[in-house]
Amino acid sequence: MSDMSFQHRHLLGIQGLGPTEISFLLDLSDGYVEQNRSADKKKSSLRGRTVINLFFESSTRTRTSFELAGKRLGADVINMQVSASSVSKGETLIDTAMTLNAMHADVLVVRHPDSGAVELLSKKVNCAVINGGDGSHEHPTQALLDALTIRRRKGRLAGLTVAICGDVLHSRVARSNIHLLNIMGAQVRVVAPRTLLPSQAARLGVEVFHDMRAGLKDCDIVMMLRIQNERMRGNFIPSIREYFHFFGLDYEKLAMAKPDALIMHPGPMNRGVEIDSDLADDYERSVIREQVEMGVAVRMACLEVMVDNLARDRDAHA
Amino acid sequence: MPMRNPSRVAFVNARLIDPATNLDARGWLLTENETIADFAPGDFPHGAPEGVEMVDCDGRALAPGLVDMRVQLREPGEEHKETLKTAGEAAVAGGVTTMVCLPNTDPIIDDVAAVEFVARRARKIGLAKVYPYAAATKRLEGKELSEMGMLAEAGALAFTDGTRAIGNALVMRRALSYAATFGALIVQHPEEPSLAEGDMNEGEMATRLGLSGIPAAVEVMMLERDLRLVELTGGRYHAAHVATAEGVEAIRRAKQKGLSVTCDTAPPYFALNELAVGEYRTFAKLSPPLRTEHDRRAVVEGLADGTIDAIASDHAPQDADSKRLPFAQAAAGGIGLETLLPVALELVHSRGLPLLDVMRKLTSGPADLLGLADAGRLKKGGPADLVLFDPDRPWKVVADSFRSKSKNSPFDGRPVQGWILRTLIDGRTVFSRP
Repeated sequence: MSDMSFQHRHLLGIQGLGPTEISFLLDLSDGYVEQNRSADKKKSSLRGRTVINLFFESSTRTRTSFELAGKRLGADVINMQVSASSVSKGETLIDTAMTLNAMHADVLVVRHPDSGAVELLSKKVNCAVINGGDGSHEHPTQALLDALTIRRRKGRLAGLTVAICGDVLHSRVARSNIHLLNIMGAQVRVVAPRTLLPSQAARLGVEVFHDMRAGLKDCDIVMMLRIQNERMRGNFIPSIREYFHFFGLDYEKLAMAKPDALIMHPGPMNRGVEIDSDLADDYERSVIREQVEMGVAVRMACLEVMVDNLARDRDAHA
Repeated sequence: MPMRNPSRVAFVNARLIDPATNLDARGWLLTENETIADFAPGDFPHGAPEGVEMVDCDGRALAPGLVDMRVQLREPGEEHKETLKTAGEAAVAGGVTTMVCLPNTDPIIDDVAAVEFVARRARKIGLAKVYPYAAATKRLEGKELSEMGMLAEAGALAFTDGTRAIGNALVMRRALSYAATFGALIVQHPEEPSLAEGDMNEGEMATRLGLSGIPAAVEVMMLERDLRLVELTGGRYHAAHVATAEGVEAIRRAKQKGLSVTCDTAPPYFALNELAVGEYRTFAKLSPPLRTEHDRRAVVEGLADGTIDAIASDHAPQDADSKRLPFAQAAAGGIGLETLLPVALELVHSRGLPLLDVMRKLTSGPADLLGLADAGRLKKGGPADLVLFDPDRPWKVVADSFRSKSKNSPFDGRPVQGWILRTLIDGRTVFSRP
């Protein structure tokens, strides 16, 4: 069954996965897209299983998407929003893990503001862990849903040219996408002012551009990243208007890309900052809503695989 | 001042100087309307055609107008010290046809409107061409990056916090990095600001005078730090008015390493030393301060071996009320537009540097590093921005006779050589004297 193609106990990142593993997850997700579009959306493959959404950082989309995914597979889904207050009470990440172990969860979906925190937690719990985004490190399900969106629209990933634009420095979405697209044989570009690029960005296997028009030239996919407002007060970027002028996506800059280029954004969008509002709403070009739909299907696939692998491991130990 | 402007002027029997092409030869040059129509070594081929004003240069030097890359204009905000008009008059009297002004006006040049104001005002005055630097950080506070992309589009040539150093290393890193996004240059006032509080060079003289000293190390400290940041960011960096031996050496090593680094110095730093302060002469209070004779010689050496790319006037007008004060309270800075060429020519007369090398640091050197493709060179079809001067003629600096609104020259009373006869901007004679 599915565990033949994706053997890992956790899904902590894209880095380290191979093309067959990624294709396997995408194929599985494809099936759920159809199911989610049908009238009866519910399956019972995860009945009796417990999924805990453990979020140390606020999120609406990702959390809701995982919650819906778990529920459609029949799992019991619990959301734990860990506020700053319990951290200030002194509970460490490891203490939290111990607490969760005692609850016998099957899958933990974890988001944490610190890079590496999800991996640390995964070493201390008995269940499967899916990284729902850790710091500026990885956000694997976002990369998978982006890949699924692209693959369904373009029929392939290999050979496409993808420009990832914006705050690459702070973005886990960018890193996971760069890894995935490289593994699948796409050409990846990053487009950003130098202050929003990590040093040695090119070492990730991307072509670096500081001029958006040059970076978008003949691209198949334009992937915009969200930029946080607090980065726009002169520390990384002088102002919103300057950022939009040079790095905001509008029709004029988009004209450099291929005529059928798709626009993607992980949301939530800052209209008029990184993307022109009209463009975000242009159904011809923008697949931003489709990305949300694919997100649920991808997360269903990931949850199912995790639960299957866990059952296999537990059988092996029994 | 005669302002006859025939459409064609032939300068014949001139010593043509064009550092960009290493030309130093007797020859002729013909202007037509705003541009240089043609020039060549040798005799003027056409005789004296009708409608051409013939100027017999009698062997005097005809060179591209000077490009002064560091000028404080004081307008807007401090028009009692200098205005765009008075600075423009001083500039052309000094043979300067292009000047680049610091953003430390009031309001500060840190937005597009201010950049456009300066450009528009200067165009209207029609004297030396003015290009502004814009602030590297908002309000010159050294904290938040300015809108460098839009400012560059509006015409800002490069970015600097003017007479203030960008002290915070993280801000400097980001400034270099952000500017490099647009290929823009960062110009630094290289003095570690937390240590550069004082009145003059730190040493025996300051001790005897009872003045607080600024150690020479402030310069090399800031340069060494910045050069590491240049390595880290791949940014373009220019150090203004290098004045110490160790500072020159730091730049020399950085250039050997292949870093994208340039620097300039100003006449006081190769023509004067701290002794000029004498008995509390506030006209010799400059920023950075005049250093020791050892430092001065090192600056000359840096000019001779090419470590220093440009000579700028560092023109800093201060009114009498700002200078007629106890030394510690007096404002720093000296005017320099009208002494730039003759003091620079001391390098030729006293140090034996080739005239072409010295002229390069006043013309194509700064023009090249600022990306001014048309300035500071003789170019067919290029703007006829020219200076005709006698490099040898002696005279004595009398600051009171200067056109600059402020008279605070550290060179007042100095015997110099190098007499400007005529200055043209876009083919118009804007200054001439016998």
